[in-house]
Amino acid sequence: MTKRIEDLKIKGNKRLNKDIFILELSGNAKIPEMKPGQFAQVKIEGSPETFLRRPISIHDVDYENNTFKLLIQIAGKGTDTLSRLEKGDFLNLIYPLGNSFSLPEKGERSLLVGGGCGVAPLLFLAKNLKSNGYTPDVLLGYRNIERIIEYQEFSQTGKVFLTTEDGSKGEKGFVTDHSVLSSPSYDMIYCCGPDSMLKAVAGYCKKNRIRCEVSLENLMGCGIGACLCCIVETIRGNLCTCTDGPVFNINELKW
Amino acid sequence: MVNLGFSIGDLLFKNPVLTASGTFGYGTEFEDFMDVSKLGGIILKGTTLEPREGNSYPRMAETPSGMLNSVGLQNRGIDYFEKNIYPHVSGYNTNVIVNINGNYVDDYVALAERIEKLDKIPAIELNISCPNVKMGGMAFGTNLDSAREVIKAVRAVYSKKLIVKLSPNVTNIVDFARIAEEEGADSVSLINTLLGMSVDIKNMKPSLSTITGGLSGPAIKPVALRMVWQVAKSVKIPVIGIGGIMNTSDAIEFLIAGATAVQIGTASFIDPQASVKIVEGIREYLADKKFSDIKEIIGLINRD
Repeated sequence: MTKRIEDLKIKGNKRLNKDIFILELSGNAKIPEMKPGQFAQVKIEGSPETFLRRPISIHDVDYENNTFKLLIQIAGKGTDTLSRLEKGDFLNLIYPLGNSFSLPEKGERSLLVGGGCGVAPLLFLAKNLKSNGYTPDVLLGYRNIERIIEYQEFSQTGKVFLTTEDGSKGEKGFVTDHSVLSSPSYDMIYCCGPDSMLKAVAGYCKKNRIRCEVSLENLMGCGIGACLCCIVETIRGNLCTCTDGPVFNINELKW
Repeated sequence: MVNLGFSIGDLLFKNPVLTASGTFGYGTEFEDFMDVSKLGGIILKGTTLEPREGNSYPRMAETPSGMLNSVGLQNRGIDYFEKNIYPHVSGYNTNVIVNINGNYVDDYVALAERIEKLDKIPAIELNISCPNVKMGGMAFGTNLDSAREVIKAVRAVYSKKLIVKLSPNVTNIVDFARIAEEEGADSVSLINTLLGMSVDIKNMKPSLSTITGGLSGPAIKPVALRMVWQVAKSVKIPVIGIGGIMNTSDAIEFLIAGATAVQIGTASFIDPQASVKIVEGIREYLADKKFSDIKEIIGLINRD
């Protein structure tokens, strides 16, 4: 799959809550084929303090309308700059980058687990699984009711289970506390979210012998495997999160 | 027509834009974005005798106008290079140069002997300036006697073009350039990264697992330019300027200050096409200024 660098037009900038927003981008040329789990290296203009590009997951793709979406959390100056972009502005991207989630075997039951802005790559995955004939369940974890995002969108792909840390919606606790996990009935679990959540879900999957893929969010320099900055320790040695990942089978990781 | 070519001894380069080691992988990573053969040369990532895993994560921190890295020469070693990388990169129609590193003088010598045998590698860049390894690297490049010893030993076994990459983390970089020249180096390249540091105040810890790392990017350009200017006035061998070159005007500054050629480093992370754009930019600049040969501007400010 060929990587490209290009300016894309902002079609919309939708704020989901205090610090999460979605940029919708439209291509001048036909957008390339993208796979769930892949990301873009987004250029941040305007400040020497935000020198490097920011890796952002592909959230959703609409080939028919030649558009795709990036779901972004404001985590610092770079993402704050992105949050101020307006319709008609241009954004320079290197994309599509990285590997992708694998499909389950035919007839296998899969669960997508996302926490906070970690839901970013999972919507594209859920839609992709659905269009490939699977019916994945989704388990989403948020801090509280105000932080819930993309619930409607996931609902359209299948059954959605919810947890909030304060119990203001869904079951109270972390995703790994949810009752849907009390009797293991999945063959494959996909996970993206904060490190503590990835490790908790990975632990659950190892204990119950469930295949599991996680999407990592390491700091990146180039995004194309040249700088070797974003490495993760694996049983095959240090690998680049940007080119060997960002999706890894948990059995490969030295956690 | 504008002539952009230059040479190191009898080795010809089609233009003065090369890529800096450790920022351009093996070239293959950039093939989707550009024709690598349009460059004057590429310097492949630092290679060692044995495979190296490098330092632990985190090994990168963004800083104003730059970045710190402490990769620590992660690479798969010379055996892997010969078998899996060399067959591909030897197909590039440009000068493919290997950057070599070692813990001991003998490591450098053994590597140079191995690479001497590779027909399509016309030069090596002797890295005595990596700040991110416990042994070797910068230890050689910050001590005049050690620098002399390793350059002399490699020169004795390597007959093709020898470029010595200098460390800026010294009191007087000119002394090191002179030693390289005295010991028979064909060219010097400078600067490698400046030793730096960053602290993550949220976690109250160093940003890098190694605490210190090498600073690169536009933040170091004025320092690099000053050093290139000093060295270019002091040695007769060609000087290759490196340090924070992001665009054509940065590159031209180095040429006017005395660099015969430049290497593009960190810029390739932000714009993978930066190096080829700079080739075209230099061509346009010279045409605009009515120069027919790049040599006319090299070291212009140093002439009487």
